[in-house]
Formats: sequence, structure tokens, C-alpha cells
Amino acid sequence: MAGAGTISREELAAFVLRLADDHLILGHRLSEWCGHAPMLEEDLAMPNMALDLIGQARVLYQYAGAVEGRGRDEDALAYLRREREYTNCLMAERENGDFAHTMLRQLYFAAFMEPMWETMLNSTDETLRGIAGKAVKEVAYHIRHAGEWVVRLGDGTEESTRRMKAAVEALAPYVGELFESDDVTKAVAEAGIAPEPASLRPRFDAIVGPIFAEAGLEWVEAPFTQTGGRRGLHGEAVGFLLAELQFMQRSYPGAAW
Amino acid sequence: MGETGTMTSFSPSTGVRRTGRDPRPDPGWCRPVEEGQRAYRAAASVVDPEIPVVTIEDLGILRSVEVDGDTAIARLTPTYTGCPAVLAIELAVEAALRDAGFEPRVERVVSPAWTTDWITPEGREKLRDYGIAPPAKASNSIRALFGETEVACPRCGSGETARISEFGSTACKALYRCEACHEPFDYFKCI
Repeated sequence: MAGAGTISREELAAFVLRLADDHLILGHRLSEWCGHAPMLEEDLAMPNMALDLIGQARVLYQYAGAVEGRGRDEDALAYLRREREYTNCLMAERENGDFAHTMLRQLYFAAFMEPMWETMLNSTDETLRGIAGKAVKEVAYHIRHAGEWVVRLGDGTEESTRRMKAAVEALAPYVGELFESDDVTKAVAEAGIAPEPASLRPRFDAIVGPIFAEAGLEWVEAPFTQTGGRRGLHGEAVGFLLAELQFMQRSYPGAAW
Repeated sequence: MGETGTMTSFSPSTGVRRTGRDPRPDPGWCRPVEEGQRAYRAAASVVDPEIPVVTIEDLGILRSVEVDGDTAIARLTPTYTGCPAVLAIELAVEAALRDAGFEPRVERVVSPAWTTDWITPEGREKLRDYGIAPPAKASNSIRALFGETEVACPRCGSGETARISEFGSTACKALYRCEACHEPFDYFKCI
């Protein structure tokens, strides 16, 4: 990565917060499966992946709080912001739907993050470099796990194929937003901190493409792209998600283990 | 340890190292060195709460312990990002240092990221004896993660094993089964 540009504290904090929000919201979504998975191994696997994501969210929130310098710690950032202050991508907040839908969403997000973390192994930002060093290995497991399920269900029974195809249709409008560019992504790219999301698209396609081919799935071009997550514009499901996520801190402010 | 304000630190890789705010030559006292080693031994004795046969030294997550006056500063590298044992380990290290008579401080070092390659040979043996297959080696490439074709059964040593589940009872383990002795076992995931 280049690394010539300078970046403001606000821009760096905004970028780290986006990443943190993606990981917290998707981690929370996965945790909703705990106790409801179709089999015991999945009941272990999904909370395990959720744990990875929430662990990554925690270190990212800690860093975002330190960068912005407004005295907010990881709990304040995770539990005490309002819906419009969350800047996660819309993909992360999509409701779980059925198991096929959840696994495809997981594959998409992991296939987006793996090249992101891998590029950030050479980030000019030391903290993010350290976080990426661990996360890139963890996310590789998510790709393998979700990818195997997409193949098994896509190339499975009539029913599983129907459901996986429905998931491809349903999530298609949310892929484009992952690769959007704006002032924040430009600033971090110029500073050599993280790649422009658009530059990751070929690598995303290189991960998802062979899995789709093996699963016998066709790529579906969405008629339009849903967008707005990075600006705090979310689907209505996020309100319900936050109600559950934030309940304890809102009801008992300052409660700690 | 005295008015000179000499700091000592000890780590398995660097041995004893002296850094000092005191510009005078090292007076040759051995006490600070001993203190550094004593603090290191105290911290290094802490075991993993989820795999109590291995210490944090075996796992390679204790980076260094530094003594400055009455304070002992232990630096730890977390294993898996979301590992819930991290906090428990940090609290146990604080307690161990306090028991050894130091004012404890624990710092988290994120970079460079921990890898299973840092598990010591003794640690790998202890894992195997405990029934957990140790991780494949040389994990710095992501591709190597998935090249691990053979995981030997920790009980009978057979290479005829099959993965049951990618994700096991804790964040660091996968579930395998031995086709030779038919026992299921945990595999310490290679990262």
C-alpha cells in the first residue's frame, strides 16, 4: 500500500468504527442461532464464529475509542449509540432467515474481509496490522466453513437447492455496498491504512466464484444496490437487534460483570 | 530495589536484559535480576483455564515480564481474538504477581499476532498427553492452514483420522475422530 497521504483523526476513527460495527452486528446475528442450529456441530460452529467476530469488534472498538479521544470505551461504543450512529454494512444486519441464508451471508462477508485483512497485514497503522494478523487466519476458517455449506446445500436436495437459490436472490442487492467508496475509504487508502473496498472485488469474486461453480449456483445480478449503512441508514430490523443488544446497558446503566 | 531506579526485564527469548534510567554503569547488583526472574516465574506458572495442563509460557503468550521498583509489568499476547479465557488469564497473572509480592500490571500486546507456532515443544507434548492433538506447524501462511491433511490421534498415534467439526468446545479447538481406535479427540487449531 502507498502510505503517502495523511489522515485526520476523525477519518481514521470513522473507518475503524465501521469495521467494528460490521463485526459486532454480524456477530450478534450469528449468536441468535445459539441453541437453534440444525445440528449440534453447527450449534458450536456458529457461536464460535460469532465469538471471533465479537472479539474482533472489541479490539476494533477499543482502538476506535482511543483514536477518537472522546473518552468512549468499547462498551460505550457498542451499547450506547443510537441506530443512526451505527455505520455497519447492510449485509451484516440482514436477518438470519434460514440456515442457507445465514451461511451465504457469512460467506459473502468473510470473502470480503479476507482480502481486506490480508492487505492490512501491510498497513501503515501498527494496531490494525496486529489485529489483521490474527483476524486474517480466523476469517479463513469462516470462508471454509460457510463455503462448504453453500456447496452442500446448493448441490444438495431439491429443497436445499431451492433455499440456497432463494438466499442468492435475497442477498444480491446487498453485495454492492461492500465495495463502495467514499471520503473515508479514500482517506484510509491514501494513508496506506486499508485498501479501497472496490479493489477487493476481484478477490471476492475469486473466492465466491469457484464455490458457486461447485454448488451449481448462478450468480444473480441485483436490479439495484441497497446502500446507506455507512451513513447510518439502516433497515428496520436493526432497531430490534439493538433493542436486544443494548437492553442490559440501557436498563441498568454502567452494569458490569 | 532501590534508589537507582534500575529496571530489569526477563523474557524467554532475550534472557535477562537491563534497561536503566540511571546513566551510571551497572553496579553489578544481582538483586534486580533475581527479582525479574522471580516475577517471570510467578507469571509463567499461570495455567490456561480451559486447558489446565499447559501454562501461558507453554502456549507462548507470555511475552515478557519487567520489574520496575515494586511493580511487575507482564506483557501478554491474546490467542484467538475472541477467546473468553484472555480476561481470566490476565486476572490470574495479576494474582500470581501480587502473591509474589509485586504490584501487578498486565499489558496486552496485539502486534505481532500470536500464532500456534509459538507453543513450545514441551507445551505440544503436554497437549498430546492431555488428549489434544497439537497444531500443525509453520502456520504463517493462510494456505498452510488448510494444508493440514494429517492430524495424528493423540491416544494411539494413528494418522487415520477424520475431522468431525471445524469448531469444537472452545475457540481454539476442532473436533476429530480416530478411525483406528475410534476415539473422538480435540485438535488444537492451527492459526
